[in-house]
Amino acid sequence: MSKLLRLLGGATLAAMIAWPVVAAEAIKPAAREWSFNGIFGTFDRAKAQRGYAVYKQVCASCHGVKYLAFRNLTAIGFTEAEAKALAAEAQITDGPNEEGEMFQRPGRPSDRLPMPYANDAAARAANGGALPPDLSLITKAREHGPDYVYALLTSYSDAPRGMTLPAGMTYNKAFAGNQIAMPAPLTEGQVEYIDGTKATVAQMAEDVVVFLHWAAEPNLEARHRLGFQAVLFLLALTVLFWFVKQRVWGDQH
Amino acid sequence: MSGAPRRQYTNPVIRWIEYRLPIFSTVEATIGADMPTPKNLNYWWSFGGLLTLALVIQIVTGIVLAMHYIAHGSMAFDSVEHIMRNVNSGWLIRYVHANGASLFFLAVYVHIARGMYYGSYKYPREILWMLGVVIFLIMMATAFMGYVLPWGQMSFWAATVITNLFSAIPVIGEEITTWLWGGFSVDSPTLTRFYSLHYLLPFAIFGVTILHIWALHVHGPNNPTGIDVKGPQDTIPYKPYYTSKYLSVFSAFMMVLAVLVFFEPNYLGHPDNYKPADPLQTPAHIVPEWYFLPFYAILRAIPDKLLGVIAMFGSILVWFILPWLDTSRVRSGRYRPLFKQFFWLLVIDFLVLMWCGAQPAEGPALIVARIATAYYFLHFIVILPLVGWFERPKPLPESISTSVLGSGAAAPKAAE
Repeated sequence: MSKLLRLLGGATLAAMIAWPVVAAEAIKPAAREWSFNGIFGTFDRAKAQRGYAVYKQVCASCHGVKYLAFRNLTAIGFTEAEAKALAAEAQITDGPNEEGEMFQRPGRPSDRLPMPYANDAAARAANGGALPPDLSLITKAREHGPDYVYALLTSYSDAPRGMTLPAGMTYNKAFAGNQIAMPAPLTEGQVEYIDGTKATVAQMAEDVVVFLHWAAEPNLEARHRLGFQAVLFLLALTVLFWFVKQRVWGDQH
Repeated sequence: MSGAPRRQYTNPVIRWIEYRLPIFSTVEATIGADMPTPKNLNYWWSFGGLLTLALVIQIVTGIVLAMHYIAHGSMAFDSVEHIMRNVNSGWLIRYVHANGASLFFLAVYVHIARGMYYGSYKYPREILWMLGVVIFLIMMATAFMGYVLPWGQMSFWAATVITNLFSAIPVIGEEITTWLWGGFSVDSPTLTRFYSLHYLLPFAIFGVTILHIWALHVHGPNNPTGIDVKGPQDTIPYKPYYTSKYLSVFSAFMMVLAVLVFFEPNYLGHPDNYKPADPLQTPAHIVPEWYFLPFYAILRAIPDKLLGVIAMFGSILVWFILPWLDTSRVRSGRYRPLFKQFFWLLVIDFLVLMWCGAQPAEGPALIVARIATAYYFLHFIVILPLVGWFERPKPLPESISTSVLGSGAAAPKAAE
C-alpha cells in the first residue's frame, strides 16, 4: 500500500502542477522576453519613453492612466524639465477660483495625466456602449499581462471567412471570443518617434507595453534591487543560524 | 528552575513591581517559563513558533496599512493604489501583508498536519488542540475579510458568494444576510464593517494564542515518539537548544517570504483583483485564495446549498472531536503502520480538493470533488475510529531517551 500511496501522491502533485489553475478561456499569449522579467529586471528607458509617446498619441484618446502624474515620468528617464514641459502641454481644469468658477490652466508636474472623458457614461456614449478600461493596472489585471497586451495589439486581422461580426466589433484572435469593441489602434508609421526608431506595429506594441507595465508596477526596479539584498542577507543569516544550532547541540552528541 | 511557585527575582525593579503586581511570575508560570522540553523534537515542531512570528508580521504591517487605507466603496481601491505608489515603502508593506497571509496559511496547514500525524490532539492535550481549531477558524474569517478590503473584482465577488451562504439558513437566512451586508447587497457598509472586524480579529487570535501556549505549557509539547516524558533524562531546556534549532527555520521562512514579495508578489493573487469592484459584471470564474480552495471545493461538491454550507463548516468543525474519533491509544503515527497510510491519503485528498476548488464546478472536476469530499468525511468519521480498533501498533520505545540513543532507526535526526 505504501508504494501505491507514493504513486498516488506523485500523480496528484503532477496533475496539480501540469493543469492550469483555471482553464483559460483565451489562448495563452506567446511568452516574450521583457527587460523587466527576471530578478534583475529593469525597464528599458528608451522603450518606456517611446511607449509614452504611443500612449499619448494613440491610446490616450480613449484610455486614461489615472494613477500617473507627470512628475512620475522622471522615473523612466525624462528630465524634470521635460516632465514639466510635457505637463504644460496639457490643459487641466482647476478651481473653483475666487469667483467660484472652474478654469483651465496649463498642467504642472504634480498634475495627474488628463483623462479622456469626463466620466464613464461619457466614455460609453463615445464608444458605442463599450467602456475603454483605465490602463494604469492593465498589465497586472490580465493573466500574463505584458504578453497578453502585446498579443492583443498585434493580433488584429480580417475575420475568417464565414464569420460575421456585429456592428462596431473587430476580429482579434488574442481576445476572448475573438470579437473586440476596440478597433485596431496601431497602424504602421502612426507615431513619429523622435529617436528615429521605425514605428512598426510590433515596435509600437512592445514600447507601449513597457510603458504600461511601468505604469502598473512603478516600484519594480526598487523591488528587485532590495529583493536581491534581502534574500542574500537572509540566506547568510539562515546558514549562520544553522551553525549556531550545530554549536549549541554539540554537547548533546 | 521552572515550576517553582514563587521565584525570587534579583533585579530590584522587577522585585518592586512583582511585590505589587506578580506579573513576571504569572507570565513565567503560564507561557514564559523556560520549560524542560522533550529532547527529540524535530523541525516540524518549529511551526508553532513560526506562526507566532507570522501573526506578528501581519499585525505590524496591517497597522501601518490601516494608517493609509480608506474603507469606503468609492475610495478603497484608489487608496490601495495610493499605498502602492505614493506611500514610502507602501508597496513593500502591502506585498508583505498579502504574501504573509499566504505563508501564514501554509505554516498553519503544516502545523495542523504535524499535530494529526503525531497524535498531538490526544490526552491530555485535547483543549490545546481545540484552541488551535478556534484560532484556525478566526484566521479564516480574518483572511477572508482582509481579501475583501482592496475592493477589486475578486474581493467584491468573494464577499458576495460567501455572505450569500448565510441565506441558506432556513427561515431567517435572508434577514441575516441583509443584516450582515448592512443593506440589500454587498456595498460600502459591508466593506466598512469587514474592515472593522479585520482589524479586531487578529487581536482575538492573539488572545487565543496565549491560551493555546498556556495549555501547551501545562503538559509540555508532544514529541515524535508520542510517549510521555519520564524524567529529566528525556528533556533538555528549551533555551538555548530549541531557540537555536528553530532560528534557522524562522530565517528560512523569511527568505521564502522575501522571494515571493520581491520577485513574484502577485503570483498567489488573482489578476481580477486589480480591476475595481463592479457589481454589474461577474467575473468568469470566482475563485478564492489558494488556502480556501479545499473548503470551497467541498461547498460546491454538494448540490444542495444548505447542506453544502454545513459540509464546508463541518469539514473544520469535525476537528473539534478528533481527540475522541481517534480510538488508538498510541499517539505517534510513527508506530501506527495502518494509520500512517491513511494519514497520507488524507493529505493527498486535501490536495485533490484544493485542485478541484480552482476548477469550474462542472464535468470530471466536480465528480472528483464529490469523491474527495466523501472520502474526507469518511476518513474522520469512519476510518479513524476503525483503524484504532483494528490496527496492531508497532512496539513503542521504552522512553524518549532510549529512542534517541537507540539503534538509530527510530529518530536519528532529532539527536544531532
